[in-house]
Amino acid sequence: MTTATRSTSKATATPAGGGVRFYGVWLLGIAVLIVLPLIFSSGGSLTSFSLIGIAIVFALSYNILLGQTGLLSFGHAVHYGLGGFAACHMMNAVVSHGWPIPLPFIPLFGGIGGLVFAMIIGWVMTKRAGTVFAMISLGIGELVASSSLILRSMFGGEAGITTDRTALPKMLGWSFGPQLQVYYLIAFWLVLSAIAMYALTRTPLGRISNAVRDNPERVQFIGYDPHVVRYLAFCFAGFFAGVAGGLAAINFEIANSAYLGAIQSGLVLFSTFIGGTAYFFGPMLGAILVTYLQLGLTNVTSVWQLYFGIIFIGIVMFSPGGIAGLLMMHRPLVRAGTLWTVIPSYLVAIVPTVALACGVILTIETVARYSGGDPINLFGISFNAKSPVTWIAAAVLLVGGAFVARLAWRRIADAWDRAATVARDRGYLA
Amino acid sequence: MLELIVISTLNGVLFGMLLFLLSSGLTVIFSMMGVLNFAHASFYMLGAFFGFQLTKWIGFWPALVLAPLLVGAIGMAVERYGLRNTHKHGHVAELLLTFGLAFAIEEIVSMIWGRSPLDYRVPALLDFPAFTIFSTNYPAYKIFMLAVSIVIFVALLIVLKRTRVGLIVQAALTHPHMVGHLGHNVGRVFMVVFGVGSALAGLAGVIAGPALVTQSDMAAALGPILFVVIVFGGLGSLPGAFIASLVIGLVQTFAVALNGSLASAFGPLDPSTGPSVLTDIWNVTIAQVAPIVPYMLLVLILIVRPMGLMGTRES
Amino acid sequence: MRKLTLAIAVIAPMLGHAASAEDTVKIGYIDPLSGGGASVGEGGLKTFQYLADELNAKGGILGHKVEIVPLDNKTNPQESLVQAQKAIDAGVHYITQGNGSSVGAALSDFVTKNNTRNPGKEVLYFNYAAVDPSLTNEKCSYWHFRWDASSDIKMEALTNYMKDTASIKKVYLINQDYSFGQSVRTDARKMLGAKRPDIQIVGDELHPLLKITDFSPYIAKIKASGADSVVTGNWGQDIALLLKAAADAGLKVNWYTYYAGGAGGPTAIKQTGLDHQVFQITEGFANSGNQAAMDYEKAFRAKVNLSLWYPRAVNEMRMFKAAAEKAKSIDPVKVAAALEDLKFEVLDGGQGLMRKDDHQFFQPIYISSFGKLAANEPFDEESTGWGWHLVSKIDTPQAMVPTTCKMVRP
Repeated sequence: MTTATRSTSKATATPAGGGVRFYGVWLLGIAVLIVLPLIFSSGGSLTSFSLIGIAIVFALSYNILLGQTGLLSFGHAVHYGLGGFAACHMMNAVVSHGWPIPLPFIPLFGGIGGLVFAMIIGWVMTKRAGTVFAMISLGIGELVASSSLILRSMFGGEAGITTDRTALPKMLGWSFGPQLQVYYLIAFWLVLSAIAMYALTRTPLGRISNAVRDNPERVQFIGYDPHVVRYLAFCFAGFFAGVAGGLAAINFEIANSAYLGAIQSGLVLFSTFIGGTAYFFGPMLGAILVTYLQLGLTNVTSVWQLYFGIIFIGIVMFSPGGIAGLLMMHRPLVRAGTLWTVIPSYLVAIVPTVALACGVILTIETVARYSGGDPINLFGISFNAKSPVTWIAAAVLLVGGAFVARLAWRRIADAWDRAATVARDRGYLA
Repeated sequence: MLELIVISTLNGVLFGMLLFLLSSGLTVIFSMMGVLNFAHASFYMLGAFFGFQLTKWIGFWPALVLAPLLVGAIGMAVERYGLRNTHKHGHVAELLLTFGLAFAIEEIVSMIWGRSPLDYRVPALLDFPAFTIFSTNYPAYKIFMLAVSIVIFVALLIVLKRTRVGLIVQAALTHPHMVGHLGHNVGRVFMVVFGVGSALAGLAGVIAGPALVTQSDMAAALGPILFVVIVFGGLGSLPGAFIASLVIGLVQTFAVALNGSLASAFGPLDPSTGPSVLTDIWNVTIAQVAPIVPYMLLVLILIVRPMGLMGTRES
Repeated sequence: MRKLTLAIAVIAPMLGHAASAEDTVKIGYIDPLSGGGASVGEGGLKTFQYLADELNAKGGILGHKVEIVPLDNKTNPQESLVQAQKAIDAGVHYITQGNGSSVGAALSDFVTKNNTRNPGKEVLYFNYAAVDPSLTNEKCSYWHFRWDASSDIKMEALTNYMKDTASIKKVYLINQDYSFGQSVRTDARKMLGAKRPDIQIVGDELHPLLKITDFSPYIAKIKASGADSVVTGNWGQDIALLLKAAADAGLKVNWYTYYAGGAGGPTAIKQTGLDHQVFQITEGFANSGNQAAMDYEKAFRAKVNLSLWYPRAVNEMRMFKAAAEKAKSIDPVKVAAALEDLKFEVLDGGQGLMRKDDHQFFQPIYISSFGKLAANEPFDEESTGWGWHLVSKIDTPQAMVPTTCKMVRP
């Protein structure tokens, strides 16, 4: 999240003659979205892809706040949830009134749901940025989540509101019963929202949001009100979160208070931050990773939340730019052609790093399963949580891995410095 | 009715003082370091679990001293090895670090002690009704809790306002460089303050554990209220946190005791209107909304007085 | 390196979803295995695994091996739907779930939609603990079967007991503020009003679900009302803390509860010292006096190291086997048809019935109290030394309620 990486991203985003490559990336993304379900066609992977698509829209909307405007929100799921409820109510209304609105337009109403709430609450919330904003968003999140259980006629209590997406008017002969059709609907909205949100970052509003994030006083001097800028960004974020909520409502055919809660708000924060807030594609990576881990890790371990916490702490402490930041660090080296000098030290570091990771996993699982007595299965090797052999193995991996990994990482840092110096000499690194 | 008022006042003050024990540490840490410690309620939970374990091993009274010290040591380690390294990335990164920490602590605690409530009992010495009012017993342990809270409050006030240490802490708040130039180790001051704040939370945990519930979700249940307290009282203001704690403790306890709803005040709505949001709001009793009252207060104060009750700063 | 591992991690599990051969009957167990509800979910999982082992030891169902597929839903309805989809992919045709009526409603809805949209790939939903009456009334589904007594059945049984207990004069209702708690409260008012109009309802409280850390203010209200009995549907920490606060304040009333026996409940009651003042309503319990059930409990405790929380789970699995044998098939559609109106001798003795009109199982209901054990009561709970003692048995006909279900049959 340093300003250095930010300025390089700006400089390299629209290089002269880079238009082909720029559009190429987007077209490639669209092509992948179209082809993906043809390769992995099982119901489970379609569901996973759909969830990932929704998570990406949601994380991108969150990054309008966190990455673009510097607003840390602990209650972003409020807009997501209200969008979901708005979409569900709209779908039921369409069915009961016989309106000619087909399903693909429903996420728009979800977006409006999120937007309306953002417009109402946003003016007070965005008066101040930073910690105060974070606290208020937390309070509002709790308030809305608790109220949703009291206002039963609107939120349906804890059971929520159900709907039937196939009852809506058909479009192009699609009933949207099969998951594949829902996937394409989500993919369509994903592309649309991603383009819209990317375009937003290129507008004067997007630019001035960045300025508000970095230095609100100066923005005031040049005649803009940071409060207004924050408010507008908040409304846009609310709208796209609502779109994501609407998509979720279509996917699950149910909206309930779990949509609005602190867990959902926490997940989007995780996704966005782990992915990296400084680059537009960062939250996408984060959403893919976090959704996938959430779906996959739960089958493997019951303490998956702890792994989330550790990954998150690790990213905050060692790579505040997230995964995207790590990847983009290599960009100047690739350009300067010095990346190959770093790779050997990476290879050397793999062994102790993996050993350290195994040590951490083994330690956690030993503690977690000590009372249960289930065997731990790590890469096909079975460990017994009660046997001292396991404890020793865990300790050796942990301590030894940490010790050697430290040395190896220092090597990486040295190699990196040398490569970066060369890159700087060649003018690829500021 | 008088019975309810007396009992509710006692309970409200008690809950308020517990909130203050927690929010005082959070406020001091925030005002010094600008860090809002998301894991503060997790330290409270750690205090309760350490208290439970140590009580089992060495008894309640040693645990009352040792558990907060342990929690304080953990807090110092977090400051030294976590926050200090993250400081260069800004306050948001620090806040996120404590956010991840809260997540991890909850999982670690439930990994070790399980997720069911623990059998953490009031020490036998204090397990008797202190007095009986209106045929309701008031447990001696609650009186003890009240006493500890007040002692801590007074001690904190004296240390901060009347001693040399308090002077340095206050100076480090506003003029960290000047304090550094005068030969004080600002880094160590921060570390100690963070440790003391955490220890206070741990102490609250040890004494609240037997009276309330010792369970791995106790941090998540209390955390958001804490933030309401310190924003409501005014960020960084210790007297503000004190007043806000009492207000929220009393308001929440009294809300529970009241059965009134709009329907009972103004008569039921015309039944022909059918169920709607209006009928929901009309029929809900104050007791039902008691847990969200603090959040309503928060929104209200932010509209009326954005810097909080006693706050002096806008941001 | 990072990209590669990521790619492998992403792709590998997706390829792993190959449909397996049909020689096993897979039952998807969808309940919390992580997060706040994990301790309850783990207990249920162990129970079902024990039952599957038991069936397999006797040759399985029609020669098919029974396998329990554990799926973690984190007590979240959306997550449950994802897990149900995963289960269907893995060749599961039967899912069972219990914790949380909101999850139950979502799953019932999901299964119904799935079965209409994918004919030939039907899935049955066996509900062993979600007790919201709406699941067998306005929201009833042909594909949903419930073995637990719904909250209105339990209230019917409880009020049939209270009707004959002259010492009950003033009743206080305290419940969690959500659909289950509200149905307990309205049923209690309605049924008590009809059966014992002389009983005064001196208080009717709804408190927020799992948010209260100190119940003293509520206890003060109960005390002020002069109640002699409290009826509550509270579960989890809400019942434990309620009893704790009552004991602290020295409140002497009888507690009629739905879930005082849940995980952590017995420990809390023992801690408060409320000896035989806390009652619970269940479809069976350890010291029921039925020899077969008590032998079963003994074997179960010896192997699983838990009390048998869910006698209904035993009924569920045994009836599943009976229905499959009656239908001579493990095809869900045929099993569903065979389950309708199936009569069955339940674990704790007595005849039960899976009613065709709403797919609710009706069975004898027991009221028991928790306290010091008599000589012929061998089982305590959670190593407290205290256990459940039989107070009253309500036979199946006295534990039946009408339904408003308009069943849509395929």
